[in-house]
Amino acid sequence: MRIPLSWLREYTQLPAGATAEDVMADLVAVGLEEEAVHRPADSIKGPVVVGQVLSLVKEPQSNGKTINWCQVRVVPEGHEQTLTGKGIDPSGVQGIVCGAHNFVEGDKVVVTLPGATLPGDFHIAARKTYGHVSAGMIASARELGVGEDHDGIIVLSRLGLDPEIGTDALELLGLTDEAAEINVTPDRSYCFSIRGIAREFAHATGTVFEDPATQVKVPEKLDGGFDVVLDDRAPVYGVPGCDRFVARTVRGIDPTRPTPQWMVSRLRLAGMRSVSLPVDISNYVMFELGQPTHCYDLDKLEGPITVRRAEDGEKIETLDGKIRDLDPEDLLIADAAGPIGIAGVMGGASTECSGSTVNVLVEAAHFDTVTVGRSRRRHKLPSEASKRFERGVDWQVADEAAQRVVDLLVELGGGVADETGTDVGTEPQPVTIVLPEEFASERIGMEFSEELIARTLGDLGAQVKRRGSDFLVTPPSWRNDLETKEDLSEEIARLVGYDKIPSRLPVAPPGRGFTRTQQQRRRLVQALADAGLTEVLAYPFVTKAANETFGVAEAGAPRPAVKLANPLSEEFGWLRTSVLPGLIDVAKRNHSRGFRDLALFETGLVFLPEGGEIGTATIPPLGALPSDEVLDALDAGLPRQPLHLGAIMTGHDSPAAAQHTPRAWDWADAIDVARLAGDLLGVDLVVTQGSHQAFHPGRTAQLALRSGEVVGFAGELHPKLLAAHDMPARSVAVELDADALFDASPDVVVAKHISTFPVATQDVALIVDAAIPADDVKDALREGAGELLEEVHLFDVYVGRGIEDGRKSLAFGLRFRAPDRTLTSDEASEARAAAVALAAERFGAVQR
Amino acid sequence: MTDTLPGVAVPDPLDEAAVTAAVERALEEISGAPTLDELKAVRIAHTGEKSPLALANRAIGSLGKESKAAAGKIVGSARGRVNQAIAARAEVLEVENDARILVEETVDVTAAPRRRRAGARHPLSTLQDRVCEIFVGMGWEIAEGPEVESEWFNFDALNFKPDHPAREMQDTFFVEPVERHVLMRTHTSPVQVRSMLEREVPIYVLCPGKVFRTDELDATHTPVFHQFEGLAIDKGLSMADLRGTLEHFARQMFGQEAQIRLRPNFFPFTEPSAELDIWHPGAKGGPRWIEWGGCGMVNPNVLRAAGIDPDVYSGFAFGMGIERTLMFRNDVVDMRDMIEGDLRFSEHFGMEI
Repeated sequence: MRIPLSWLREYTQLPAGATAEDVMADLVAVGLEEEAVHRPADSIKGPVVVGQVLSLVKEPQSNGKTINWCQVRVVPEGHEQTLTGKGIDPSGVQGIVCGAHNFVEGDKVVVTLPGATLPGDFHIAARKTYGHVSAGMIASARELGVGEDHDGIIVLSRLGLDPEIGTDALELLGLTDEAAEINVTPDRSYCFSIRGIAREFAHATGTVFEDPATQVKVPEKLDGGFDVVLDDRAPVYGVPGCDRFVARTVRGIDPTRPTPQWMVSRLRLAGMRSVSLPVDISNYVMFELGQPTHCYDLDKLEGPITVRRAEDGEKIETLDGKIRDLDPEDLLIADAAGPIGIAGVMGGASTECSGSTVNVLVEAAHFDTVTVGRSRRRHKLPSEASKRFERGVDWQVADEAAQRVVDLLVELGGGVADETGTDVGTEPQPVTIVLPEEFASERIGMEFSEELIARTLGDLGAQVKRRGSDFLVTPPSWRNDLETKEDLSEEIARLVGYDKIPSRLPVAPPGRGFTRTQQQRRRLVQALADAGLTEVLAYPFVTKAANETFGVAEAGAPRPAVKLANPLSEEFGWLRTSVLPGLIDVAKRNHSRGFRDLALFETGLVFLPEGGEIGTATIPPLGALPSDEVLDALDAGLPRQPLHLGAIMTGHDSPAAAQHTPRAWDWADAIDVARLAGDLLGVDLVVTQGSHQAFHPGRTAQLALRSGEVVGFAGELHPKLLAAHDMPARSVAVELDADALFDASPDVVVAKHISTFPVATQDVALIVDAAIPADDVKDALREGAGELLEEVHLFDVYVGRGIEDGRKSLAFGLRFRAPDRTLTSDEASEARAAAVALAAERFGAVQR
Repeated sequence: MTDTLPGVAVPDPLDEAAVTAAVERALEEISGAPTLDELKAVRIAHTGEKSPLALANRAIGSLGKESKAAAGKIVGSARGRVNQAIAARAEVLEVENDARILVEETVDVTAAPRRRRAGARHPLSTLQDRVCEIFVGMGWEIAEGPEVESEWFNFDALNFKPDHPAREMQDTFFVEPVERHVLMRTHTSPVQVRSMLEREVPIYVLCPGKVFRTDELDATHTPVFHQFEGLAIDKGLSMADLRGTLEHFARQMFGQEAQIRLRPNFFPFTEPSAELDIWHPGAKGGPRWIEWGGCGMVNPNVLRAAGIDPDVYSGFAFGMGIERTLMFRNDVVDMRDMIEGDLRFSEHFGMEI
């Protein structure tokens, strides 16, 4: 909401010289947040004065244009030019070249003299052009920033103005006024008016407030006017769509009368363009009183007006020239010929006021917030009117607003108002709020006296009565947001000032600290960073293709994913089922910025719908505890959202440096990241040869728990995928279901009993088929060796001379130890032989 | 091959002066030996089998019985002096040698390679951890919830009326099909509702996490950002308790000088509601109040939705953006730096904020 200060000044006492910043600083204390300052004077500087064209000589140019060489008087005849400076003619007559042709000798125009600055940092100076020295410029509306019109210059008589020559045109055009723009929260619709803001300003500063609504003289009773019937057969939530309709008639308006400049200027500062006198008056009154009104061309209306819901298949052409299909829930203003407006949203084209309208029917109605809000959303028609109606308009002000429009049409348009008028509807029951006298003090945490409470609420316009230890409070008609005692406690605190609220630190009961899972997650993230990876936080929005590639191991396997109804980009309209697409994006971005060696990781939720329909058909109402079944159903309608850990590495493991040769990241590093996570959480990850379409078919590890549950994949990304993503070859990645690891983490780690007897170590080299996983051979050795084997590890893999094609040699180190004695070398050899025997049996392993 | 060193006469073992001359010559060469290698050559020359003293010693055997003892004494003591001098010189040279080797092994420590890649936390994640630690230190607990959420938890349970414009203030990502009431949470407040449903009062929880709004990414907006919200439900809580909690937190976060300011505002889930500003002495362009978040007393309808009797319990809630906090606390100027994952941004922070 923009507040022109000259307007605010009409209803409050604003100190002379107060700026928009001053006003905003006062308003912020009562909860109206500052947004911006609109001050034309910041971009336009005089001298800009009224001039009269004394002579005008048309001079055709070689480029085909015709220019006007004008002599313009900028100081009244007989007066002296008091301005001095380069380009100012002391005679008071300036020679100016002008390219516009919409004026004649004798017209009064706006002259920007040398030394002036116009919006866009446009400095005016005397300059040579078309063979003359043009000492200034005759301005168009657009050049002054007061309108869009740039086809011609401003001719003041056409604005209804006949000022004296030399008058300051900035003042005349309202360019010395300024506006404060504030943000109005959705509960305080009354602040979408100068009336409401002026009242708040008075609350904030203690200055006087004169209600503009009470300054309008309204007839005691309105009847005998245009026939209006309220016929809402389908109220929403039981609230009638229209509960008041005031209609007034003004005849004989002079359609040639322009909107006065002061009104144009205030509307412009308020953010509204001037359209025509009736429309401008309607908008002006809306800004002033907060009540949207509408002017119909009376001569285009056919028969009585009915306010009703739309019928199936009905259409309307709205003011913006669009034909709109109406919904049976839309509330319409209709005449005998059909719809003439969507209530509170936009009028119809058929009864629109035009440049020839002389008789006007003025509407000031009260529409239901929900009905208007839904129509506005349905037709995507946000308007100044709908903004106010859907937040709530003062029921009481309708007749005053209609009267104000009528008065202005008479005064400015030369019309005559009918004595008769229409006012139909039913006043809603006012709410009475019971406010226990201690309540506000307890809720705010400071003492408010009874006297203060009564006075503060009275200042708001509420009626306050006593009943025992309670206040009975009836909020004013413009405060539809005040419904509960909590609302009133805020009003009291707000007007007393939030800065007066004391400070007290409540003590929470002893807590449990971080949960085990929270601690594990924190450690996991820190451990990955400590291991040299960089944490990133990618968006969860991915393409369908990305989910189908990364979200499921097997090509073509179904991957249900959550789709957004209103994504920022249709392409990235799905929620991730894997964290890898986001990591690849970040890796690519870094790569393109010149970083070749990357190790990135992310922990984040993925979204996995699993059978069943998403969501619920209905949701429970507000303000009440739903049953357990209903709550369970809400949860059952959500996708599973486990935390995933993903990492991607490309390039080298460390920066190249003197005396250091970095190592290229490879598939084993990806597996190592998984092992790091497993080690950290005490989870033994089983690594087997895996298969995943996003990974290299021969270099993919499947990661599983001992229970067999697959929890992720690691390895080298598929070369084709890397090429398609412009990623370096041999980039590696890992993805793990971190929640599954947390779940698998042991609650209690049982101690291992340490034997201090001497160790016996033996090595063995076995030749097996190349396809046999080393880990399987190792398992066989472990099993075959029995309990004396303390540890076995693979220390070499050899393929080449001395080994047949298709076979490989695996060298293992075995460490034997007994819990209760020193092993003899025979015992160790026997265990080793048993180990080899089992490997031979299972895999045809032959000792090398 | 000669029997003796060139030019060196073998002294007569009984000629004390000649023997002494040989000794002195040896001592001179020993003390002049600059290295252990040269000392070794000197040692061979003066104590080796073919050295004058060795040969003199050997000559004792051919002397008469009566002379043997005297010659033996002369030559023996001469050899002793030479050996002693060699040992002493060797010790000196060894010390010198050791010291020289260490000096020669000097490296340029400033050229030490970084063999281990330095990892980094994302500063938003570090800051979120820091915030959680402050509240856990106050006895509060950390609560979490789903990011894709039922509309009821995100709006209705928080007293957003179905057709109220406030519902549109938070530009919401809806999940298909829209008529099934599932969305991406627009704030972490649904976690407050879940906390109230799951826990017994009194409740003191902090809910950090990602939230989503349909804003295009630019220097000051992002469709995905992070919040932390606090919720306290207890008997007799007032706005004074809210102010006290926020002040305490602000001082933990920004130092003992930190100040906060509350301004009236509107949120459906709180009444009274307030905007929270923090005094930023180090702000670019001079000290000023910075908008930090929203807060207020929990609306009774929110308590009712969670089955808590508003006539018995009251509560307060507050919420701040982590991105915003990082922006003004750490002078991050462009939101995109936090989103794009550029290594330089995170690595500059490392593990700290």
